[in-house]
Amino acid sequence: MIEVKNITKKFGSTLVLNNISATFLSGKVNLIIGQSGSGKTVAIKSMLGLHEIDSGTIFYDQRDFSSMKNKDRQIIRKEIGMVFQGGALFDSKSIEDNLMVPLIMFSNMSKEKMKYRINFCLKRVNLENVNHLYPSDLSGGMQKRVAIARAIVLKPKYLFCDEPNSGLDPYTATVIDELLKEITYEYKITTVINTHDMNSVMQIGDHIIFIKEGVKKWEGSKNEIMDSENKDLNKFIFASEVFKRLKSLS
Amino acid sequence: MKIFILIGKYFIFIRKVFSRPSSFSVFYKSFIDEVFSLGVSSIGFVAFISLFVGAVVTLQIAYNLENPLLPSYLIGLATRDSIILEFSPTMVSLILAGKMGSNIASTIGTMRVTEQIDALEMMGINSASYLVLPKIFALVFFNPILITFSMFLAIIGGWFFGEFTGLCSTTEFLDGVQYFFIPFNVIYAYIKTIFFALIIATLPAFYGYFTKGGALEVGQASTKGVVNSSILIIIFNYLITQLLLN
Repeated sequence: MIEVKNITKKFGSTLVLNNISATFLSGKVNLIIGQSGSGKTVAIKSMLGLHEIDSGTIFYDQRDFSSMKNKDRQIIRKEIGMVFQGGALFDSKSIEDNLMVPLIMFSNMSKEKMKYRINFCLKRVNLENVNHLYPSDLSGGMQKRVAIARAIVLKPKYLFCDEPNSGLDPYTATVIDELLKEITYEYKITTVINTHDMNSVMQIGDHIIFIKEGVKKWEGSKNEIMDSENKDLNKFIFASEVFKRLKSLS
Repeated sequence: MKIFILIGKYFIFIRKVFSRPSSFSVFYKSFIDEVFSLGVSSIGFVAFISLFVGAVVTLQIAYNLENPLLPSYLIGLATRDSIILEFSPTMVSLILAGKMGSNIASTIGTMRVTEQIDALEMMGINSASYLVLPKIFALVFFNPILITFSMFLAIIGGWFFGEFTGLCSTTEFLDGVQYFFIPFNVIYAYIKTIFFALIIATLPAFYGYFTKGGALEVGQASTKGVVNSSILIIIFNYLITQLLLN
């Protein structure tokens, strides 16, 4: 479980996160939703320590991450998997070497066991025979799946995804969403996903936090979201005709 | 004020770079990769430049020594000293600052803007040390080899073109090359080369590492890295010469 309490982040004089508190549950898909520029990515990067917060606290299973020194944070970071918006695969390395990096750095596995684990993770994301290809040889959807495989290769306790299906076609986006949901339930991971894709929200959102202009405006489940009275949330969700019709039907 | 902030940031970065690698086997593999991608790949380039500049230096010295009172072996002597003292360690390092520096800054800058550095940090890896330390060791190890190679080829180029154009015979040129040889000059050249290798590896890496934005900013970081490392090489060339040859 991850708990953030009253976190605030400024860039210069611009307040990007304003006093946000939330709890992200383990074994659940937790979503942070909001418009582009609402502060979702900053929120996730702050939780990971890639941006230093100005005030507030962040706890990973009762461990105060925000007040830790960088050296101590590395211990928690080894328990975290992260899928970046663009995949962030190392383009000078093959797919196998991409997955090998965390294993070589932080596991005592033999070479054979590492290869077995890599093949297992690639198979888990429905990729096979790509070990010796390079990221540039793969499609966007395949790159995202490799990024997910790399994120889970060390069996993380926490999984963060920054807009994992941005730039993907609707079918591939659904495949990625389902994959993230399955992995979360299978390994009881605390998964936190940034998205503004309403299909993802309705498909996998166990616990949803809505942010607008750096302020948390709403929190609930995908079942509650359709009946919410929150004006900002409704304006965001029912922006498209499809969801407006869905709302009128419900 | 801005310059002091930049210098402070650079030294904090260097402190982060010079930390113990998490895995020595990974470090060794990266070191070998960098030796090949930065060093070995520059051999042809350095060879070409050295041969022709050696030739030009010889021709210019011969042109300036066109006096029957001056012995011809002075052409070999002056060529040797120009090459060992200045051309190979300084000019070749300046050229390498362009080639290697732009490679380092753009590679690391691209990794920054595509979040690959964030991905390394997220894995609990000291990204600065992981990316930059093997490059520093590779250049400090391989640049002196490149410079030695450059010295030999430039002198060979000078001898060949001197003989070919009839300005200086082989015997006279080789006499000059061996005449009044000071071994410390070679040590001085290596000391300069090692300092310049440190500059070429760290300064473009620094600009690349702190790139913000996209492709445009990566290009700007690369330019800044090359220009500023060239300026520092010129400044350190003067300082080291003042310290060691005075």
